[in-house]
Amino acid sequence: MKLLLLLYFEFFKIGLFSIGGGLATIPFLQELSVKYGWFSQELFADMIAISESTPGPIGVNMATYVGYHTAGIPGGIISTLGLISPSIIVILLIARLLTHFKENKYVQSIFYILRPLATGLVISATVQILKIALFIPNAQSFITALKVKELILFFTMLIAIFSLKKNPIFYIIAGAVIGIFIL
Amino acid sequence: MNKCLELFLTFAKIGTFTFGGGYSMLPMIQREIVEHKKWATNEEIVNYYAIGQCTPGVIAVNTATFIGSKIAGIPGGIIATLGVVTPSIVIIMIIANILNLFLENIFIEKALSGIRATVCALMIYSIWGMLKKSIKDILCVGLLICAIIATLFLKISPVYISIFGISLGVIYCLCKKEKTK
Repeated sequence: MKLLLLLYFEFFKIGLFSIGGGLATIPFLQELSVKYGWFSQELFADMIAISESTPGPIGVNMATYVGYHTAGIPGGIISTLGLISPSIIVILLIARLLTHFKENKYVQSIFYILRPLATGLVISATVQILKIALFIPNAQSFITALKVKELILFFTMLIAIFSLKKNPIFYIIAGAVIGIFIL
Repeated sequence: MNKCLELFLTFAKIGTFTFGGGYSMLPMIQREIVEHKKWATNEEIVNYYAIGQCTPGVIAVNTATFIGSKIAGIPGGIIATLGVVTPSIVIIMIIANILNLFLENIFIEKALSGIRATVCALMIYSIWGMLKKSIKDILCVGLLICAIIATLFLKISPVYISIFGISLGVIYCLCKKEKTK
């Protein structure tokens, strides 16, 4: 029961402070992993892959996954409800108040500042995931820490993603198949 | 009551058939809400999206709350939002269960290693998109670097960085007003 309350509270916080959608929730979720140890960094990378390749918004999928992994079915439901509660409250308020919300000078200034900060947060989160996916932890030197095959796969994918612009699911499936045969 | 059920089912359908959320959801919302149900115009949807982006939370959820509340008031907003998240909850729990069963399997392990490397590449692509939208001048570059240092090296919680950003935004707006006076 206490765990469920904690999950609701933590995800409420994420819903309230992650602005901009999509990957914005990732840095906050990563903090949960460090703070409570509810899931490992490896599993976190897998969760992102699964959330990107299953239907529904990534943030919602991630919340369900983390909640379910931590406290079973009630955990999954409670975490998702926690994540969406602030949205519901804020949007219902705004829907009544103003239609010119976006033109408001304060809102524009806040977003001018908040966007680069949010991008920085996502970059930090990605660095953590890169470390796990492409490097061996606690290796003796930089060279021995490199997971060479993974690095080659990573750069190949990077080029493919920037030049082909296909749906993420396409790359995730390709990554899985290549992984089975080569890694 | 019927309207609420209709809202729930429509948004559950949107939640089931969109991958990735955010902008990838827009075409589906347009088809269902604008063309089929005629609950809103294209222009309204674009406005909801714009506001959904500048308010806390997941964009798809924010947009669902908006449209639901327009159609059937506060209950409508809540029901539309529950509709859009229900498929996620069900599907993710099933997948998490299956994955837990096979996690020890060597093939799954290899597939996951490949997927992790791929996710890194996908995230870099997303960051590229975010950079293009967020970096307008040298101040933005400074803020970006500060955010990276604060989280990566100083281990400051993203929550505080968001609060700091909102406060700084208000101050910035006040300063700009002073200048124009």
